[in-house]
Amino acid sequence: MDIPYTVEARPDTGVYNAKVGMWLFLASEVMLFGGLFSSYILLRVGAPAGTWPSGLLSVPLGTINTIILALSAITTLMAWVACKSRMFERFKLFQGLTILLAIIFLCVKSYEYRDKLTHYEVVLKSGEIADGHLIRREPSGDIVLHGHVVKEHAELMNGRKHVEHRELTIAKDQIVRMQNYGPWHNTFLAIYFTMSGLHALHILGGLVVMGYLWGPGSRMWKTDPDRFTNRVEVSGLFWHFVDLVWIFLFPTLYLI
Amino acid sequence: MQATSHAAHPAARQDTHHEAPGFWRSYVFSIDHKVIGIQYGLTALCFLLFGFFLMLMMRWQIAHPGEAIPLLGSFLQGLLGDVAANGIISPELYNSFGAMHGTIMVFLAIVPLAVGAYGNYLVPLQIGANDMAFPKLNMMSYQIYFLGGIIMFVSFFIPGGAAQSGWTSYPPLSMSVPTDGQTFWLIGMVFLITSSLLGSVNIITTVIQLRAPGLTWMRLPFFVWAQFTASFLLLLAFPPLEAAGVMQLMDKVAGTSFFLPTGLAVGGNLANISGGGSPLLWQHLFWFLAHPEVYVLILPAMGIISEIIANNTRKPLWGYKSLVYGALGIGFVSFLVWAHHMYLTGMGTHIATFFQTTTMIISIPSVIILTCLLMSLWGGSIRFNTPMLFALAFLPMFGIGGLTGLPLGFSVADIHLHDTYYVIGHFHYVVAPGTIFALFAGIYFWFPKLTGRYMNEYWGKIHFWTSLIFMNFVFMPMFVQGFSGMLRRMSDGAVQYSDLKVEGVTGALSSTVIGLNNFILWGAVGLGLAQIPFIINLFWSISHGEEAESDNPWNATTLDWQTPTPPPHGNFVTPPSVYRGPYEYSVPGTGRDFIPQDEPPAAR
Amino acid sequence: MSETSPDIFKAYTRKCGAVFAAVVCGTLLMVAASYAPIANHKIAIALVLTAAACNASVVAAYLMHLIGERKMIFTVLAFTVVFFIGLMGLSIWASQDIPTVVAPITR
Ligand code: HEM
Ligand SMILES: [Cu+2]
Repeated sequence: MDIPYTVEARPDTGVYNAKVGMWLFLASEVMLFGGLFSSYILLRVGAPAGTWPSGLLSVPLGTINTIILALSAITTLMAWVACKSRMFERFKLFQGLTILLAIIFLCVKSYEYRDKLTHYEVVLKSGEIADGHLIRREPSGDIVLHGHVVKEHAELMNGRKHVEHRELTIAKDQIVRMQNYGPWHNTFLAIYFTMSGLHALHILGGLVVMGYLWGPGSRMWKTDPDRFTNRVEVSGLFWHFVDLVWIFLFPTLYLI
Repeated sequence: MQATSHAAHPAARQDTHHEAPGFWRSYVFSIDHKVIGIQYGLTALCFLLFGFFLMLMMRWQIAHPGEAIPLLGSFLQGLLGDVAANGIISPELYNSFGAMHGTIMVFLAIVPLAVGAYGNYLVPLQIGANDMAFPKLNMMSYQIYFLGGIIMFVSFFIPGGAAQSGWTSYPPLSMSVPTDGQTFWLIGMVFLITSSLLGSVNIITTVIQLRAPGLTWMRLPFFVWAQFTASFLLLLAFPPLEAAGVMQLMDKVAGTSFFLPTGLAVGGNLANISGGGSPLLWQHLFWFLAHPEVYVLILPAMGIISEIIANNTRKPLWGYKSLVYGALGIGFVSFLVWAHHMYLTGMGTHIATFFQTTTMIISIPSVIILTCLLMSLWGGSIRFNTPMLFALAFLPMFGIGGLTGLPLGFSVADIHLHDTYYVIGHFHYVVAPGTIFALFAGIYFWFPKLTGRYMNEYWGKIHFWTSLIFMNFVFMPMFVQGFSGMLRRMSDGAVQYSDLKVEGVTGALSSTVIGLNNFILWGAVGLGLAQIPFIINLFWSISHGEEAESDNPWNATTLDWQTPTPPPHGNFVTPPSVYRGPYEYSVPGTGRDFIPQDEPPAAR
Repeated sequence: MSETSPDIFKAYTRKCGAVFAAVVCGTLLMVAASYAPIANHKIAIALVLTAAACNASVVAAYLMHLIGERKMIFTVLAFTVVFFIGLMGLSIWASQDIPTVVAPITR
């Protein structure tokens, strides 16, 4: 029993099944990220003046990742074009490149995560706040930060303002409260980790599919190249969508 | 020439083209849409029964606060421990039962029945397809649904018990109740949502791509339109709740404050959170799903009712196009009314006006659909069999439910009625004697296609009349209680606000209003008993029911009846072609009172 | 599109190069706009988001070949966009429309 229109397009709609399915799925994804972006705006607009941090994330790394993802979008398309032109070797090459770029993206992302999770805000007994990266914890319980000291929490809200960083040693008994820049730290970081994390999960999912089509799944090329080409096209649609989401995530989280 | 495809097919012609798969592949990990539909159906019916039992115990507690549950009390204590000490439902347990009743009924019982079971089984048959567009995905969506159900169910037995904050799970309440049940609830919801998304992608693609040759959009049975619209609602309304679920999960496990405001105090202590969140954000995202969801509950029901009414009045549906556009209109507007659930959140008058307007607009297509179905009865030679009785009862019951929604749609009236038993009465009239009756009707109606046998008519009628009476015993008094100001979600049934506790205070609930709780309890018990004939009938008839005379015993026109019984893997003996609209009943001058959709025009 | 043609492949390579260049330019523009000394923060934000929207449309139009896609897919996407705007617009409107005038108590 064969289901019709898995390979060739249905004449009156002009598309094959998987393409319809993928676009429907992407429509639902639009609403998923739509809910998140709406939350972002609602929370940001609702935040009292001066409590929404900006410039906390590294713009160079974000830019590099944007370009990596854009490049991978190109290689995905080329992989499909290679299939269309019946050049299997080229397909392997471009698909492999996509996978490589996706992995690089994830590496950069995890470096950024690590950077945030080792970044601490330490409230001191004096009422001042030390802010910086944790270099080490002494056995005595003292900590060494690479950062700076400010008078008020509000001074930490603009990460783009350049300040001198130096090594600070803080005695254990001076520490009132200390918390790293995880999602629990403030609403901006909460939404940063949630949205970029969900996005990274999409990358991971895409990676699995792409890897399958590059490796074991490519056996279908010999038996049913048209259907295989469709698969490459549909997974490419998903990948472009993931890129699209990032194109909006980058400015909302890194730039504005 | 006589059409070939609706003659009875000899059994030998089924299943000849492939070797039979083993037990696991045919019943458990099947990719056949019919098996998956039945899996959905049986699982969801079990959850329906389970949800009903939760509610039965709650009704006992409301009517007899502080008294041990008869029969089940000690069993409950053994199962759940201290929260049911001495067989008495504690307020915490009452809250768990309430939250899980709502969640189970909506997400694990009605939607999986209406869309998962009916949609899966019937949509491919009615459009003349041999299966769903993505059979493996179909199997996966059932499995994910099942897992979600297990997660929800297991949460009863963890320390602290199941979620306690209503099916709406409003934060900060849901964050403040010290139970991991809420975490289970959230994870369970993510599973259920994912399953619904995959399922709706499948149904929509199937309808768009796999319609039989000649089956144009305006020849689709109304049932298919209803499923199509409902699937779109699931597809586009659920994801924001999935986002919200993930955010609440982050609040719960990663210590974020998406929904927790600055300065939140729990149990008299300042909560240790970063703050800055918005509780109303959750409500927006929740109701953005949950209002369309109520139409996911009702649209398939309307589809079922339409098929049964057309078939048993032996005449075409009145205003087929109005029905279709009505359903599409409902679908569209239902995305833009959600904040009518939030009039009491301190929203401004402009936005309230907007949502009042859209809410009034959406009642128009609902009324159009109901009117069309009523008009369809006019002048028909009605067959009063069990499915038809349920279908007929649906109309006034849904009418009551819909009309009582209108006062709720106006913010001025809603300020009094919100969160009272009036609201409970309103939506239960739509879902219980409405949707559930439609689902019953459908079971009685399509049973002969699934099994080749009828369900017993006599017991069917007993089931119908007792259910109808007891349904109204249960839900009608709730309007009275609500108008008197009795609030919902009170584990003692509002006794503390009645003059049983505080004599002679103006505004206290009278003992009559409180006394209705007892009336409702026995109504609910009666309703439970009324289902026994149905359950026995359902299983008994599989092997002992009266045999259906043909593959098309109701003389129906749509393609689902033009298959062998039960439809084999692949459904149709020869792929059907469609030559006419879905409801060609009693066409003058044809000598028969129905013409199947796949019958070619007579040669002249 | 004919089936086995290296010409097609070459044509696509050229098109892809152009798209990539456009996206990179858009991205750099975004970054630049965010650093530009624009006093009004709102205008800066609008600039950045406009650049992002342009980037996104290039990707959607050419890489996802939405240009030249079927009507059916457009219909689905059009409804999705409407509901997306509804969700975002109405929930933000609701969060901003808070009664400020309190009626005097007359008793
Ligand atoms: C015909 C037009 C309808 C209108 C104007 C309407 C209006 C409303 C309104 C304004 C509320 C909120 C009441 C409150 O919380 O104060 C409400 C609640 C509800 N409605 Fe409807 N409704 C309609 C149809 C339906 C249908 C068809 C269903 C389901 C199949 C339904 C199910 C519900 C549910 C489940 C709730 C309660 C939610 C909760 O607070 O737990 N309604 N309705
Ligand atoms: Cu509603």
